[in-house]
Amino acid sequence: MPTDVDQQPGEERAAQGGMALIQVRDVAMQFGGLRAVDGLSLTLHQGEMLGLIGPNGAGKTTLFNLIAGSLKPTAGGIFIDDRDVSHEGADRRIGHGVGRTFQIPRPFAEMTVLENVLTGRQHQAGEHIWMNFLRGGQVAREERQAVEKARALLDFVTLSHLESEPARVLSGGQRKLLELARILMADPRAILLDEPAAGVNPSLLEVIIERIRWLNADGKSVLLIEHNMDMVARLCSRVVVMAAGRYLTEGTPDEVVRDPAVIEAYLGEAA
Amino acid sequence: MSVELVAYGCFFLTMALTYAIMCLGLNLQWGQTGLFNVGIAGFVAVGAYVSALLTTPDVADRLGGFGLPMPLGWLGGSLSAALIAYLVGRLTIRLRADYLAIATFGIAAAVQLLALNLEPVTGGPFGIGFIPRPFAGRAGDPLLFSVLNLALVAAVVLLLYMALERLVRSPWGRVLRAIREDEPAALALGKNANRFRLQAFAIGGGIMGLAGAVQAHFIGFIAPENYLPMLTFQVWAMLIVGGSGNNRGAILGAVLVWGIWALSAAFISATFEPGQQARAASLQIALIGVAICAVLLLRPQGVLGEARVVSRHLLEAVGSRKIRVATDAQPVRQPPE
Repeated sequence: MPTDVDQQPGEERAAQGGMALIQVRDVAMQFGGLRAVDGLSLTLHQGEMLGLIGPNGAGKTTLFNLIAGSLKPTAGGIFIDDRDVSHEGADRRIGHGVGRTFQIPRPFAEMTVLENVLTGRQHQAGEHIWMNFLRGGQVAREERQAVEKARALLDFVTLSHLESEPARVLSGGQRKLLELARILMADPRAILLDEPAAGVNPSLLEVIIERIRWLNADGKSVLLIEHNMDMVARLCSRVVVMAAGRYLTEGTPDEVVRDPAVIEAYLGEAA
Repeated sequence: MSVELVAYGCFFLTMALTYAIMCLGLNLQWGQTGLFNVGIAGFVAVGAYVSALLTTPDVADRLGGFGLPMPLGWLGGSLSAALIAYLVGRLTIRLRADYLAIATFGIAAAVQLLALNLEPVTGGPFGIGFIPRPFAGRAGDPLLFSVLNLALVAAVVLLLYMALERLVRSPWGRVLRAIREDEPAALALGKNANRFRLQAFAIGGGIMGLAGAVQAHFIGFIAPENYLPMLTFQVWAMLIVGGSGNNRGAILGAVLVWGIWALSAAFISATFEPGQQARAASLQIALIGVAICAVLLLRPQGVLGEARVVSRHLLEAVGSRKIRVATDAQPVRQPPE
């Protein structure tokens, strides 16, 4: 358990040339006549917290969906642990240790908060039909362990008091926290966070930032898409900038916000 | 109370419970998983015909007549319908709900036309008769015969209900509901949506096939006209009225709608001249339509509504406080202050 999050050991590991966990190699994505991602490459190292920024329409979410397996690239490849996963479905990503959240949270609205988190559990015997009849004891034991872990995660994201409520009653920020707990239930090595600050009130935003920081300090790699530059600056030591589907530049948050090419991409040539 | 009335009550309930089996199958497909199957009649027909062919005695000019025991017929009918559902599902399960509906409707129409025209196998428009009936040796005592049949079908419904409740309250059922509510989110959690949907579709189809087999043996005769789209409409009406997503609602809806159907049939035969009764029968369909409209307006979730389903293991644990104690005893890692 980390004792001092400010030391950011994950970031240190990455800075020391940590192993590449996710590699995006010359990826392109074409939607009809629109090239949303155009020959982009980036690497997320083990233990790193990498920010991905860019103006609206830069192709960030498309790239995110490519990494998450929701889209399949028209060229190039997505590699996890040097293994090409470009054409595997989204449901296989978690098996490689990569979990994601959504820009607009997608809770299972009619299921309770606790059951939402339980759904993230992997390899449960009870997900096989016959095991529920033939190995009832094993299914029950695993479920009890899963409930214990889910409750711990709900404590972590400060939603314990809502565990029996249907997820539809949660606020936008609480839904983001629920998604975080849900994906943590799967024990991912890397978490893809799609605009976790969007539409979240300031007090909950602080909770989200702290939890993300702590997860990274605990060794989890994080790829963060975010418009909130203050949040990116607080969390990430390296930021990649996209514009018009292409890699523009990268550096520390301070470097990229001063980069004339980045300013031009955000504000246009008039800037 | 006269013996005839009790016997009729048993007959009525037995028929209603055969529909309840179909409803339970549909509830697994639609209520739990969101699969829009409007080809119920086709799967019921497959179960009925396969079971009839397996269990009837040998007949000249018709395939089958294997004379197997009735339980093997039920098993064969159910497995055949499950297999057909699996094969259909392999082709269609990726389709959007409305396309799945069109595909299943087409399959049901094809099955019904096959039953009508494949005379060397199905008996064509004349159907298959002399299907062995449970407790046929007791047919001389109508009351006992009816009670025994009711008990048998009720036992089938009870077993099926218990098995389905176990499944929907398991992690497997939780994944089905997750897929129904938000497929991309379920995929992101590593759930293979197509595999789970295919399983639910095949099991639901198998249950419908079992219903067809049970009903065929209860009536003793089947014909293609028993498996028209009207049957699909009836079963959907039952689930909507009883409460989609609720196994008890599925059973209750079957009894209620079959009650409306049977009472309206009695009313028509008592009110209209024999020459007018065939046309007046359409009033039955109108009455079911009115019942659906009334339920949708007054209680859109159905009489019982969707059950608040949680893991049965979770309920057991909460009941004994084991989990909360365990969690309290072993505080998990928390972020540093």
